[in-house]
Amino acid sequence: MKGLIDFVNNLRPSFEKGGKYAWLHSTFDAFDSFLFVPKTKTCCGAHVRDCMDLKRVMTVVIVALAPAMLFGMWNVGEQHSLAFGLDMSFWGKFWYGFLRVLPLIIVSYVVGLGIEFASAQIRGHEVNEGYLVSGMIIPMIMPVDVPLWILAVAVAFAVIIGKEIFGGTGMNIWNPALLARAFVFFSYPTKISGDVIWIKGVGKAAAGELVDGFSGATALSQAGAGIAPDALHTVAGQPMDAMQMVIGNMAGSIGETSVIAIAIGALILIYTGIASWKIMVSGVAGALFVAFLGGIGAQEGTLAAYPAYYHLIMGGFAFGIVFMATDPVTSAQTECGKWIYGFLVGAMAVVIRLWNPGYPEGMMLSILLMNTFAPLIDHFVVSRNIRRRVKRAVVK
Amino acid sequence: MDKNIYLQPLWKANPITVLVLGICSALAVTVKLEAACVMAISVTLVTGCSSLLVSCLRNTIPNRIRIIVQLVVAALFVILVEQVLKAYVYEVSKQLSVFVGLIITNCIIMGRIEAFALGNKPFPSFVDGIANGAGYGMILIALAFFRELLGSGSIFGFKVIPQSFYDAGYMNNGLCILPPMALILVGCFVWIHRSMNKDLQEK
Repeated sequence: MKGLIDFVNNLRPSFEKGGKYAWLHSTFDAFDSFLFVPKTKTCCGAHVRDCMDLKRVMTVVIVALAPAMLFGMWNVGEQHSLAFGLDMSFWGKFWYGFLRVLPLIIVSYVVGLGIEFASAQIRGHEVNEGYLVSGMIIPMIMPVDVPLWILAVAVAFAVIIGKEIFGGTGMNIWNPALLARAFVFFSYPTKISGDVIWIKGVGKAAAGELVDGFSGATALSQAGAGIAPDALHTVAGQPMDAMQMVIGNMAGSIGETSVIAIAIGALILIYTGIASWKIMVSGVAGALFVAFLGGIGAQEGTLAAYPAYYHLIMGGFAFGIVFMATDPVTSAQTECGKWIYGFLVGAMAVVIRLWNPGYPEGMMLSILLMNTFAPLIDHFVVSRNIRRRVKRAVVK
Repeated sequence: MDKNIYLQPLWKANPITVLVLGICSALAVTVKLEAACVMAISVTLVTGCSSLLVSCLRNTIPNRIRIIVQLVVAALFVILVEQVLKAYVYEVSKQLSVFVGLIITNCIIMGRIEAFALGNKPFPSFVDGIANGAGYGMILIALAFFRELLGSGSIFGFKVIPQSFYDAGYMNNGLCILPPMALILVGCFVWIHRSMNKDLQEK
């Protein structure tokens, strides 16, 4: 460790003002503060400091994402082996998935961080850690078969249009990771919706290679097509029950399938106080409420007739409500606003699922919509608070 | 004649990127370059001619009913343009559909009549109208160029992206065909324009 510190300190003068590489100051600073705690001290006044700075927060979120990511890697191999009727071991499946997911992660980080560094350099700002989490979430909400160049374009769009234009980390209106997914969704719809993209290799498979009874449809798209809950089936045509959807060995985006792995992440986030449990709880309540309302008098064989709790375990609901709706930058900031915001996220997601035949999944659009309204919710909460206090302050 | 009359609208007072007028049609008709060109020419003609006519009439128009007079004048030219388009380029006029008739609601026309033609001589008014239409058309064509190239892989309907690209996995960007991308592109144009003109940047 001592050697590394000396090495960095030796390099420092050439990156400072007047040095040979002064134009690369932001980049040097980013790596320096990534490795060591910065030396700069607060000079005046009294401040309360917490060791949970932005860097630690991001690291904890990465840790919370890890179970879902690792499960997703295994699941990529599992679905592939099911679709092709292969006999793979546990580690074989994991290794297969790891090799397929790794390029997505690398592309996401290289493109995203590249743009972050470049724009920090141009503006002379410090590089922020904000992209560390987005860069990990983006591959997790993509189908495993998404072409790398499309991923790169989507990441560039999300970071430039979604974040840097508004002033960088902490200033964005919409969740950058979801913006990347929305970009792919509207630009290249065939690569992110449909039945053949969720399982690696199926799109290019020759006739006869796949198992008999193969179906690449996700649980949600089967449900949208009017299949009853007890007739949902897996990739290999086996029946699928609610328990399997909770465990998550089914077709879907890489990180979204396992409710259990996501719940572990949720516990980490709530325990460390990074994500708001209020948003999660009210989001679940909102989804159940609308699903329950929709179920009243619903026709047999439609998605609306499903038991309400199915909406929590199908599709991207769990992942969205835990990791994306709770994004501290784009969600509502006031405590009361969080309840309203979360409830509407869950409610809108199910509304889109049930009553919009164009989109089988509503979570992405619902979170983006509520991101847009979050400042408005905060505004009303704050002004209501002010009105109440003014009333109380009046002397009789 | 002051050369600012025809230079300003093209650059420092561009109707779209600076005055932010005529955005609706800029989003609606720029999917294809051909339609955008026809629209650009139509709007240029209408702004030029109606500015000219209103400027000729400016001393006789009673102030209290001037808006309705301006509207009638603009409507006259819009109808003329619409009939010509239907007669000679029927296909394109079908593509533009309602947006030719809606030129009348284009803020640039009424804006230039109110702001310029009512207080200036006919020839400068005509030049001002033409220049504003051209400034609008310029952005329209640039928008349509990118939207058609990225969204359909063609320019003026000719395929310019070779088949080998598609074979290698390239795909047309569906978002470019939808209006939101046009708005984002207009935003990018404004961005570029302001970074080139420091005095346009708001504090």
